[in-house]
Amino acid sequence: MAVESRTIKVDMLARVEGEGALYVRFRDGALEDVRLTIFEPPRFFEAMLRSRAFGEAPDITARICGICPVAYQMSAVHAMEHAAGMQLGGSIRDLRRLLYCGEWIESHVLHMYMLHAPDFLGLPDAVQLARTHGDLVRQGLRMKKAGNTLIERIGGRAIHPVNVRVGGFWRAPRKDDLQALVPELQWGRDAALRTVQFMATLPMPELEQDYEFVSLRHPGEYPLNEGRIVSSAGLDIAVEDWPQHFEEFQVRHSSALHARIKARGSYLTGPLARYSLNFDRLPAEIQQVARDAGLGTTCRNPFKSIVVRAVETLYAFDEALRIIATYEEPSPSFAPVEPRNVTGHAATEAPRGLLYQSYTVGGDGLIADAHIVPPTSQNQATIERDLWSVAQEGQAMADADLQARCEMSIRNHDPCISCATHFLDLTVERT
Amino acid sequence: MSEQLKTLAVWKFASCDGCQLSILDCEDELLTLVGAIRIANFTEASSAVIDGPYDLSLVEGSITTAHDAERIREVRAQSHFLMTIGACATAGGIQALRNFSDVNEFRRIVYARPDYIDTLATSTPIAQHVKVDFELRGCPIDKRQLLETLSAFLNRRKPVIPTESVCTECKRRGNPCVMVIDGTACLGPVTQAGCGAICPAYARGCYGCFGPMESPNTAPLAARLEQLGLDHAAVRRVFRTFNAGAAAFRAEGERHGG
Repeated sequence: MAVESRTIKVDMLARVEGEGALYVRFRDGALEDVRLTIFEPPRFFEAMLRSRAFGEAPDITARICGICPVAYQMSAVHAMEHAAGMQLGGSIRDLRRLLYCGEWIESHVLHMYMLHAPDFLGLPDAVQLARTHGDLVRQGLRMKKAGNTLIERIGGRAIHPVNVRVGGFWRAPRKDDLQALVPELQWGRDAALRTVQFMATLPMPELEQDYEFVSLRHPGEYPLNEGRIVSSAGLDIAVEDWPQHFEEFQVRHSSALHARIKARGSYLTGPLARYSLNFDRLPAEIQQVARDAGLGTTCRNPFKSIVVRAVETLYAFDEALRIIATYEEPSPSFAPVEPRNVTGHAATEAPRGLLYQSYTVGGDGLIADAHIVPPTSQNQATIERDLWSVAQEGQAMADADLQARCEMSIRNHDPCISCATHFLDLTVERT
Repeated sequence: MSEQLKTLAVWKFASCDGCQLSILDCEDELLTLVGAIRIANFTEASSAVIDGPYDLSLVEGSITTAHDAERIREVRAQSHFLMTIGACATAGGIQALRNFSDVNEFRRIVYARPDYIDTLATSTPIAQHVKVDFELRGCPIDKRQLLETLSAFLNRRKPVIPTESVCTECKRRGNPCVMVIDGTACLGPVTQAGCGAICPAYARGCYGCFGPMESPNTAPLAARLEQLGLDHAAVRRVFRTFNAGAAAFRAEGERHGG
């Protein structure tokens, strides 16, 4: 008896950070298996952190990811300060938020212009995009540079910045040095507005997913470094309660651990979740820009994440300008923090979503235990669920088109595979 | 026209992606660069892949799996000129900390099913596996050095990359010496220049992310660090970060207890 099988397979996913693969198999016209495989070699950060001094955590964890090192540094320093029972305010808090704005800009613009936009136009990369949309690509590069310059000015360099320490900064950036960035950031804000408008014109595949969104939520601001962990299904917990409500588990096809909400299942973190759970925390003007771009107060179409990223980029430029306008140099530039025989937890909003870390520090100031849960680990199961929907609905498509659609649907979530320590590999099989 | 352009391939092994991201971080030069060299295989940036051989391969990351030990040989076979970029590829990176521990213990700490995880006991630099034509240091690399090396390659000249210590960059930048002023532990005297002496400019000690300079004199520095109050284990940690596997730093770490 003849069984008809069809496989779509991508052994090495392009335009994502890190190494992964995709595998989709149909059998007798029915979708049978979908796998996002992560084959990135494991690097064992949680083990390497044991017996290191607590103050080394921000420099070491930065090396988990070259695209979002600030996110790792921010979760690390806040976890150590939480362990020591401290919460820092004033200029140190503002500077951290400003530094994070730089990373959101750099990472979101990289993803929108160089990794994701080519999908919507059927192109292999931004170099080809530059042939037809030269000014657009140059605008993206200049925006990305503005984000990187902000990180450099505060952090010393764009990748693995050196100025972040537990308690604050090694040296406070001078007011004049930040003021000097204002004209370029103002240009960037205008360019981000044009970016929202452009991304909204891209042809969007229709798809509405019933995600459980998870993000931070802060009483007064769009979340970056602080807040409670909330979800669209009613979860509302302090960050330190993460271990009671979430769990990690291992699947054979991934060197990155998956995560789920206990007794409920997969969820989504990242721009769609942040936006949908915190729309009311955006300034009115940016809310209007989002509405004009066709977004509602929530967004459940993963392909529209590119528009949401543009809205968040606009917010990051806007917030950076707001912080610089009132910035005063903190003196001293850091507070003394000495965690001993305690455990601390923190979660911050990396460009790709919630990044949770916790540390137990011994009486000698050395890390006894470390726990790190990157956003892409948490999103893996949801990315696979999206792939099921996309493959199901795209069954009539030719293999090449279906493969392109599947890859695009993975890129919707801007997976950072080095972070997740998985490898991604795509195969579609039809029988 | 494009037939005459040299071809470039970018490869990733165990790493954070930061060094290859440095290529995309050359925002002002990127469009000029792609007019001067043909990007033939760079999966982070493009889904269009042209088969090898390649004129120039940039290799990021260290070798930590049996599969990668095979893959780097294939990369070498397809590459006329192979350049490693960053501390992982040139010294094994932060993940070389496993070289001083029991990797099975590491596997158990992180994974509930350690048996699913395929890994080698060590993280080793690319040059330990295949011939490397040029090494670019840094965690991450410096993008000015990257552009200098690419330009040198395209113009068939030797790249101008200093092998002196970070101290010389500090002097040129006019940084006060953090070790002299307030006794801050600093690896600058034994670390290769190239970053621009960023850490001392931000009032902290150099942590050695460009690896040991040529003929570094690590023992007197370690002795000075102990005088400044660092205990044996703290001195060991100073030498064991992102270039822990580089010979001079490894040896000094071992002199301080294992």
